[in-house]
Amino acid sequence: MARNKVYPTFESAVADISDGSTILIGGFGGPAGIPQNLIVALRDQGAKNLTIVHNTAGFGLSTIGYAAPKDVIYNDHAILIENRQVKKVYASYPFPPSPTARSPFKEQYLAGEIELEIVPQGTLAERIRAGGAGIGAFFTPTGVGTEVGEGKETRIIDGKKQILEYAIRGDYALVRAHKTDTMGNLIYRGTARTFNPVMATAATVTIVEVDEIVEPGELDPEHIITPFVYVDRIVKIPKEGE
Amino acid sequence: MKERLDRQTIAMRVAKEIPEDAVVNLGIGIPDLVANLIPEEKDVHFQAEHGILNFGSIVLDEEKIDWDYTDAGGHPVELKPGCCFFHHADSFAMVRGGHIDITVLGALQVSEKGDLANWWFPQWGFGNIGGGMDLAVGSEKLFVAMEHTTKEQNPKIVKKCSYPLTAIEAVKMIFTDIAVMEITEAGILLKEFAPRWTVEEIQALTEPRLIISPELAEMEL
Repeated sequence: MARNKVYPTFESAVADISDGSTILIGGFGGPAGIPQNLIVALRDQGAKNLTIVHNTAGFGLSTIGYAAPKDVIYNDHAILIENRQVKKVYASYPFPPSPTARSPFKEQYLAGEIELEIVPQGTLAERIRAGGAGIGAFFTPTGVGTEVGEGKETRIIDGKKQILEYAIRGDYALVRAHKTDTMGNLIYRGTARTFNPVMATAATVTIVEVDEIVEPGELDPEHIITPFVYVDRIVKIPKEGE
Repeated sequence: MKERLDRQTIAMRVAKEIPEDAVVNLGIGIPDLVANLIPEEKDVHFQAEHGILNFGSIVLDEEKIDWDYTDAGGHPVELKPGCCFFHHADSFAMVRGGHIDITVLGALQVSEKGDLANWWFPQWGFGNIGGGMDLAVGSEKLFVAMEHTTKEQNPKIVKKCSYPLTAIEAVKMIFTDIAVMEITEAGILLKEFAPRWTVEEIQALTEPRLIISPELAEMEL
């Protein structure tokens, strides 16, 4: 019998995350594809000195209307940063697109209270992919001749200057999917997919929140994006009224 | 002061340069406007780096909005027949692997060699790289769409960029509110001027010396 990975609550799924953990968080910018409930549970759980890997350094908490109706405030890792749980962020797009938007990251960064490693988006995705695939590092032309390439090992490969970028792995990945079976085969929805499938592969413990859980055999194997081997814990997002 | 093209008109000129069947990624700002200016009969495939290819126009009818279907600017979009989704690592494999025909980005500065600076804002003291560095390096052709000068009338087309770079020797064409230029090995080739602008006036607002195309013409708008 395959192990049942379904956890009863978001709290129980994040309970063991310890201080100093590196956490990969899925999503892109707006609320779509962000594991909002797991992030809230992690805020309430209180683990400190976290390193967060995500495309942004948190766009939540501000009504900027990015990929969401203007009046919707959603939860992302901005609430962890606001709660002073984060010491370092890896991101490609750390600052909100609107300079007037509220951003705990920006406030702490400008005060020198939080560390940032800014990484080109494709390099970030590939570093995480490499982390999940057992690749230690790779050469890429992205960032050559820019600040990103400074101090990095360089080679000319195929006539093109390239820089060495190292893999990123997480202790935990927090992932948002649309559907799963109880074994953890994941299906995503639209542009909510983003970093989620890549991050699911690159952490010691991958925790997923989903809209719907079905029995093994009920999902078409041809449609599965993340195979169950990458998934450790599953929590269902309660529908309104549940 | 002489009248310059507005942002919409710059985007319209860029749209004319995009051929049928091209795979195109648009950055934020003026490039964003290009999507809605492609004539309906021209089939262009827009890619957005968070994992969608072949999306359609922005959905305006609130009843039909689905926030799981957006472009990179965060607008809800229609899915055209043939639309597909993929994850971030696949998306940037597409970008770096040379599968995007044209990327259009905004810029703070472009050098005469085609170096691009567009991510770090001196007035803020910070900036966002996003997908720009990968797109600039990986796309077949990189177009820049921007105003020709800063608000203070300083040239944005310079001999050497003073702002932090996004990519070196990457830009192929520049579309501004007064001119269309191509970056060539010999330097910047002035190909088109906006209505009522002279070569001398354009040169005065451009730091490197422009090479004048033998086919120099007024922009057709």
